Amino acid sequence: MSDVLLSTRNLHAFYGNLQVLHGLDFSIATGGVTTLLGANGAGKTTTLRALTGMVRTRGDIVFGGRAIGGFATEDIARLGIAHVPEGRGTFSRMTAEENLQLGAMTRGDRRGIAADIERVYAYFPRLAERKNQQAGTLSVGEQQMLAIARALMLRPKLMLLDEPSFGLAPRIVEEMFVILRRLNQEEGVALMLVEQNAALALELADQASLIETGRLVMAGPAQDIGRDENVRRAYLGY
Amino acid sequence: MDLFLHQVLAGLATGGIYACMALAIVMIYQAIDHLNFAQGEMAMFSTFIAWQLMQWGLPYWVAFVATIVISFAAGVLLEQTVLRPLHGAPVLSHIVVFIALFAILNSAAGFIWDYTVKPFPTPFGTQPLFGQGLMSAHDGGMIAVTLIILVLLYLFFRHTRIGLAMRAAAANPASARLVGIRVGWMVALGWGMAAAIGAVAGMLIAPVVFLEPNMMISILLYGFAGAVVGGLTSPLGAVIGGFSVGVIENLAGTFIPYVGREMKLTIALALIVAVLTVKPSGLLGRRVMTRV
Repeated sequence: MSDVLLSTRNLHAFYGNLQVLHGLDFSIATGGVTTLLGANGAGKTTTLRALTGMVRTRGDIVFGGRAIGGFATEDIARLGIAHVPEGRGTFSRMTAEENLQLGAMTRGDRRGIAADIERVYAYFPRLAERKNQQAGTLSVGEQQMLAIARALMLRPKLMLLDEPSFGLAPRIVEEMFVILRRLNQEEGVALMLVEQNAALALELADQASLIETGRLVMAGPAQDIGRDENVRRAYLGY
Repeated sequence: MDLFLHQVLAGLATGGIYACMALAIVMIYQAIDHLNFAQGEMAMFSTFIAWQLMQWGLPYWVAFVATIVISFAAGVLLEQTVLRPLHGAPVLSHIVVFIALFAILNSAAGFIWDYTVKPFPTPFGTQPLFGQGLMSAHDGGMIAVTLIILVLLYLFFRHTRIGLAMRAAAANPASARLVGIRVGWMVALGWGMAAAIGAVAGMLIAPVVFLEPNMMISILLYGFAGAVVGGLTSPLGAVIGGFSVGVIENLAGTFIPYVGREMKLTIALALIVAVLTVKPSGLLGRRVMTRV
């Protein structure tokens, strides 16, 4: 299949000696939206961390036809995977605009960067208003938007989002998901979404995977997964 | 009044050197969260290199620039070979390594250049500045060079991309990696810059304290005092702290009975203890405001 952007085979991940992932196989399509569902502690965050080399892994990770298992985090970022981490990873003492500049740190084209900053501000007008404000003083919602905007500055092929709705007001979450959909459609960025809000995630995603204690137990089109009775009871609450 | 002014100006001159040392300490502290006890000995060793270059016949400013370049490279190399493997090691491992570096550099300097006190030239001369006798030309030169370094560093960190990347790597290494910054190189670069700043401080203070392997020990203590007063996490604080320590030291030595020249070093230690007790975050230490 030529439209596979990223795939893993038999992916294991460890924190020290503690094994958290026990052989995951999944793939992400170019320009697709995949969501990863599972209970707390199932290994969703670890899966994202494994993809960007933040934890020790075993098994294969292939991104754009290239084996990236064991690569350093910074090299994976340079290949075009932008990870919006749990807790947003804001550079809190720098201004919002400096955060965006940092997102483009791997790029050399000054003009392209300036244009991209304007483009990102078009998606997130609130950030433009606050561009000279210290990022740590932004509201949680604004910081989450900033984190996504920063990731976008990398011009990624794939964006990994770890619980982007965490701690946000429902209205802000809705607003953010609208923007995520636009980013996926207009910019062609593939998304991999880890979300506590399973209903919302399944609505945005075209593919979904379910993991339990570090193992993949179900994968398929998001619609089918959303209709599954067990998933509905456990994660959608009806 | 004249005596007071004289002491303040002299304090500012040595304070500039303390400011440089404090800045070097803070830069490394920001990058790796540890205090480099060997910073002073690194500066001393650099000063010996400058002295050696001049003995071989190089003119002062050529030796000055060459020493800065050599020190920068040595700082990078030191980080890559000695500190890199220690990444993530406990605090005590770092302390042991810093003490070892201290002892090695100190003994090596004594072994190569022996312990006799050597004069070190000043490029500015020792004549009174502006003919008023308030300040010597060398004091004026020290202040000027310090200020130039500070301005250059400010411009570097505020207005260049690599400066921004270095700040990001120090503030949040995990996020810095996620945006593709090579954090390891940034840390090494920080070591190189700290070593270069220390070299400048050493070369500027050597004409005052004279060149010998133990010349930087008290200077480093004053540098620590400056860094602590400024708050350890703030480069600007370190600079202000360094200058303040220089002035306080001189004024106390002159105007408080019993302190005198011999007891001056006590002032630095008393300052460190006082700041840590009363206001541990120092003058400009980090107090991040976050909304949750």
